[in-house]
Amino acid sequence: MTGLDLSTESLRDVNAALQAAESGEFVITHPQGAHALACGLNDSIEVKIEGPVGYYCAGMNQLATVLVDGNAGTGLAENIMSGSVTITGNAGQSAAATGHGGLVVIQGNASARCGISMKGVDIVVGGNVGHMSAFMAQAGNLVVLGDAGDDLGDSIYEARLFVRGSVASLGADCIEKEIRPEHLEFLTTCLTEAGMNADVSDFRRYGSARTLYNFQPDDVDAASASNERSDG
Amino acid sequence: MSNDWHLQKSHTFSPEVMAEIQRAANTGVYSIRGFGAKRQLPNFDDLVFLGASMSRYPLEGYRESCGTDVVLGARNASEPIHLDIPVTIAGMSFGSLSANAKEALGRGASAVGTSTTTGDGGMTDEERSHSTKLVYQYLPSRYGMNPDDLRRADAIEVVVGQGAKPGGGGMLMGQKIDARVASMRTLPEGVDQRSACRHPDWTGPDDLEIKIIELREITGWRKPIYVKIGAARPYYDTALAVKAGADVVVVDGMQGGTAATQDVFIEHVGIPTLAAVPEAVRALKELGMHRTVQLIVAGGIRSGADVAKALALGADAVSIGTAALVAIGDNDPALDEEYRALGSAAGYWDQYQAGNDPAGITTQDPVLASRLDPELAGRRLANYLKVLTLEAQTLARACGKSHVHNLEPQDLAALTVEAAAMAGVPLAGTTWIPGKDETDRESD
Ligand SMILES: Cc1cc2nc3c(=O)[nH]c(=O)nc-3n(C[C@H](O)[C@H](O)[C@H](O)COP(=O)(O)O)c2cc1C
Repeated sequence: MTGLDLSTESLRDVNAALQAAESGEFVITHPQGAHALACGLNDSIEVKIEGPVGYYCAGMNQLATVLVDGNAGTGLAENIMSGSVTITGNAGQSAAATGHGGLVVIQGNASARCGISMKGVDIVVGGNVGHMSAFMAQAGNLVVLGDAGDDLGDSIYEARLFVRGSVASLGADCIEKEIRPEHLEFLTTCLTEAGMNADVSDFRRYGSARTLYNFQPDDVDAASASNERSDG
Repeated sequence: MSNDWHLQKSHTFSPEVMAEIQRAANTGVYSIRGFGAKRQLPNFDDLVFLGASMSRYPLEGYRESCGTDVVLGARNASEPIHLDIPVTIAGMSFGSLSANAKEALGRGASAVGTSTTTGDGGMTDEERSHSTKLVYQYLPSRYGMNPDDLRRADAIEVVVGQGAKPGGGGMLMGQKIDARVASMRTLPEGVDQRSACRHPDWTGPDDLEIKIIELREITGWRKPIYVKIGAARPYYDTALAVKAGADVVVVDGMQGGTAATQDVFIEHVGIPTLAAVPEAVRALKELGMHRTVQLIVAGGIRSGADVAKALALGADAVSIGTAALVAIGDNDPALDEEYRALGSAAGYWDQYQAGNDPAGITTQDPVLASRLDPELAGRRLANYLKVLTLEAQTLARACGKSHVHNLEPQDLAALTVEAAAMAGVPLAGTTWIPGKDETDRESD
């Protein structure tokens, strides 16, 4: 186990040490809300951060397992590719934004835009998520054990949203969908992996109505080739 | 004999205007097209170089050296980009362009020692391997964004906006979203993709400052970071980009090309390139950052004269999109019949969104795309870039400059009152710069 102390070492040195490591366990002390901490990790290392972090903690994570014992600012695990990021406290806006893969577990609440533009990541939130969560979400799963704020899943593509509590409102083109056995199976595995306890039959599923996928031109004058062309 | 001399054309309801009303009435969908603004705008043609005279000494046209190189990003990056010429290739996505077109851009730019740029669709291996210097765009959509590509890029360009549509996101129509494009963007095939217009995890310059630190931390502070803005409020946007930590600011004027945007957006949002450059330069100078943070200007750059004028107004380099496409074969007169079969004509083709480009450039159709020979097209682009550079050097030498960066506003005069006001140079034959009094000018 390697200790890294942000009260004596610079952010650059701490990140460089983590980015260079190919294996091992690291404990970071005195993060004091540092931004961009433990970002760009690219190997199977384990990192524990003791205390609160600022923006973009564990951004673009690959393979590493990161645990934050505290709260996080905006963009926790943004664009995560693989590995996992877990936080014991609350996460600020845009948690796991654009994540392409891996698992993000937020034991507390997540603020607005959780999972915005997500592209394959699985996100599990123990508490609530704020407004505009899963905005333009493309792929992956957002699992919320608490409630969801306004405009959940606005302009959503193919991501799947599971909410146990209430949903303040659904965004444009987001609708409730039937829960099928494969969804229950997924929830069981995902919650186990996230270390969360919940009855999977309590969840509702939301996703895209797919009505905004293509422009819907009228065709009053179907004979006009040039008009069809500019409908593009 | 009958004639139509008695027919009175309406300037308010011109045939083009009526055609658009008719098109709108027929479809109920706004017009989406490619290319840039088509209406007449004040531009670099409204400026002339004064050349050497009694008080200035010219350089020999062909022999005396006139430098054209530029270094981008030395403010914070340990590996700044060195370009041999002050003309770069602007970001155009694989998806909007065929793989062959991207390869041609890479080949042409690399042959003359300049960079190309990815676009709203991620980086392809072909593009990386054919571009010796590749700028990786960091866009609101983050399609295909990943740290491996960040690390193998030569620079990172955070796209805040684009001149064709400041405040708008990308578009890629379903007919161009084939299996490869769809998987690179994590989208369903055939969807009419509308990319995000806001970045998902930062709002405003204070957040952007932290975002840039994150990008630097991920890439070990090696890569230059550009910030690209659509010309709307270039003075403030440039100042804020510098404050946020940009190494390079890219200002794209309203003439700037696009692969697919609403016509109303292309023609009615943003300010012309000519008006934007002096405002961006003013911001850099006031911050003491002119030439420390480099300025790249884009939007309607066509000739070496445009390049030289942009540099004279204070830019460090320019970047081109549309002109590069024309150089590799877009709007080729040899294809006129095919353009006409599609209701257009060579010289008018702007249906980049449609995916049926006879030139094989703005398409994902494998048959059409195979029409473009990337090697030949690359040579054409290299030739064109050489001509831009030679022309810019010619003008610089005529003004007595041994490096194109030594061109200055004092080498210019304006042909119109508008251009004089926008460029901040005197109306030709006068000392008059609208909006500036004599004392302002003394202190310049
Ligand atoms: C086909 C095409 C695709 C483009 N794609 C992008 C893009 O993905 N990202 C971006 O920032 N700008 C994009 N642009 C804008 C260019 O980067 C550049 O700003 C513009 O083309 C400059 O103006 P010019 O075409 O008059 O040279 C695109 C332009 C064209 C013509």
